[in-house]
Amino acid sequence: MKFLSEYRDPKAAEQLAAAIRKKVTRPWTIMEICGGQTHTIVKSGLEDLLPKQIALVHGPGCPVCVTPIQLIDKAVAIAKRPDAIFCSFGDMLRVPGSAKSLFDAKAEGADVRIVYSPLDAVKLARANPQKQVVFFAVGFETTAPANAMAVWQADHDGIENFSMLVSHVLVPPAMEALLSSEQCVVQGFLAAGHVCTVMGFEEYFPIAERYKVPIVVTGFEPLDLLEGIYMTVSQLEEGRHEVENQYTRAVRREGNRPAQTTISEVFEISPRQWRGLGEIPASGFQLRGRFQKYDANRRFPFSGEPAKESPECISGLILQGLKKPHQCPAFAVKCTPENPLGAPMVSSEGACAAYYHYGRRQTQSVQTELSGPASR
Amino acid sequence: MADAKLNPFKLSCPVPRVADDRIVLAHGGGGRLTHQLIEKIFLPAFSNDMLAQRHDGAVVPVNGSRLAFTTDSFVVRPLIFPGGNIGDLAVNGTVNDLAMCGARPLYLSAGFILEEGLEMETLRTVVTSMQQAAAKANVKLVTGDTKVVDKGKGDGIFVNTSGIGVIESNMKMPIGPASVQPGDAVIVSGDLGRHGIAILSVREGLEFESPILSDCANVWPAVEALMNAGIEIHCLRDLTRGGLATTLNEIATDGNVCIKLQEALIPVDEVVQGACEILGLDPLYVANEGRFAVFVPEEQAQAALGIMKRIKVSQGSTRVGKVEASPGCTVLLQSRIGGNRVVDMLSGEQLPRIC
Repeated sequence: MKFLSEYRDPKAAEQLAAAIRKKVTRPWTIMEICGGQTHTIVKSGLEDLLPKQIALVHGPGCPVCVTPIQLIDKAVAIAKRPDAIFCSFGDMLRVPGSAKSLFDAKAEGADVRIVYSPLDAVKLARANPQKQVVFFAVGFETTAPANAMAVWQADHDGIENFSMLVSHVLVPPAMEALLSSEQCVVQGFLAAGHVCTVMGFEEYFPIAERYKVPIVVTGFEPLDLLEGIYMTVSQLEEGRHEVENQYTRAVRREGNRPAQTTISEVFEISPRQWRGLGEIPASGFQLRGRFQKYDANRRFPFSGEPAKESPECISGLILQGLKKPHQCPAFAVKCTPENPLGAPMVSSEGACAAYYHYGRRQTQSVQTELSGPASR
Repeated sequence: MADAKLNPFKLSCPVPRVADDRIVLAHGGGGRLTHQLIEKIFLPAFSNDMLAQRHDGAVVPVNGSRLAFTTDSFVVRPLIFPGGNIGDLAVNGTVNDLAMCGARPLYLSAGFILEEGLEMETLRTVVTSMQQAAAKANVKLVTGDTKVVDKGKGDGIFVNTSGIGVIESNMKMPIGPASVQPGDAVIVSGDLGRHGIAILSVREGLEFESPILSDCANVWPAVEALMNAGIEIHCLRDLTRGGLATTLNEIATDGNVCIKLQEALIPVDEVVQGACEILGLDPLYVANEGRFAVFVPEEQAQAALGIMKRIKVSQGSTRVGKVEASPGCTVLLQSRIGGNRVVDMLSGEQLPRIC
């Protein structure tokens, strides 16, 4: 397929892998930020091509994985209102709250719908004036422009029965939180290409400088990732810590200015809870000023109990790259995509789900070591 | 947890979800939840030696001949989709289940559950398609039933068809996962994902430069040609719900073998691939209604391919992989770039990703 098969070409992949092998002289730990990148790495078996010295750790860039459990409980509570149509992107539906997922709520009769665009939710609100249509606005900077546009559109058209449950998170503050941890093992970052398509990469210069860490804006196809790894390894081997752009076909330094303008018209920066990581200051978006009347959080007060925590799920350590999914004793034993203990086992972008679906063979010996024979 | 205490972040992990106490849509998705439902609810209740074979249909001995018997229910939205409708789907689906037993399809029953308010014209269209599909497959629809439910209690039309076929050939081994041998070649009968994407494109209002039509078709002519040519068929399975990945996992598990696939050999049309990329779906898991996988001995693989390519319904046949002894119960795939991974069974429903 044009513009796609070129980035999955076996010959070019082997050439890049050979270049990486030639460059590497010692061990390096590199984190890919985005769950989409994790997905490609595991799905294409990319690690088979890399020299042993390079360890890839999987970052917190899966929007499903970092959405707090309390917010999912809230989404379920709103969805169960008889006057509500609750709209969400597909993979949020399976994420367990403290008792139920949105899929469970749907099975119990709630009107929960999968939409492909937040503007579809606005359309639904227009078509169902007697209903409250709520959109679950989850995601990083990538989905923020479309979500901002939906609120802007609802406001412009005076559609008052539309609202948005906002759980928007931002990449750079999460990177800083990871880097400021004493346990941080990450020596270089593959920054999330699509986040940078929207936001550009100027924000990363101070981070690279402060923490002396190379940051390479990287795409999502196998060749993108191999090239991003090559650029990161080159910096590490040469003692550089710069911000570089591998994903030049999609990302400009300044990003997409009109998208940024729409975002800042509708959203303002706020502190955010990250599932697995806790609260990170100035790490998310909330609706600003006159748009706050579209905030489902305000429209539907919710007094749920604070969610209880399971000691078994180590998703926090996994999202920080301190552990790999198969190092969790519950992995593939107690925790499976059908019965997830944590969100990274749910979304196809979650590191645990990616390992489960694509890499079980390599991990079976580890499971056995940790917890006896796998149950399946 | 020592690691957590050392960590500067406040770790928050979700509690386990409660045991499933209700049916969710994924129980009908053909993947792991469907299998759990079969294993936990249906098999314990109905257990017998024929059911235990776990094939697309049962093969029953009757007075010296062997009959294949199968049933399938059809619920599809929209009722009429590019390349077909629920009518030809209901006929071809059951005909194909019989074909997968190596049986010549002979007789069908049809049970209709109609929703109050359904337009008569829609029903006529569906029934006409059924008649045409049955005539094409040379099967007779010999008995039927109709029920009407209140408006809102159905989705226009639900159809159940059951079918009887006869096994005419004398294979050395019965067709099924237990006969799959290390060394067998794995052939798929055409490109993957057309039916699922055709349905989704209508459901979600997606338009493509060239419209994607469902692959809904009767595959018996291809199976018949293989049998007539004396190809020793070890296993046949249509690639419906859950797609190629789920089907091959079933066979690998039931036959305790390892199926090794080459990603670069798996045929997917460019437009289908494009739609899957946009929607965040994997064509290996997308449903087909006129495609099947066949396992044959390596030495007959070329001959089988040649025969299948001469039949219209399987003209896009391609060899996609081979069977090895270990690791058992596993499907492995070598990616285009040369990496290796496991191909798992569909877990829950395949859901579009966020970004």
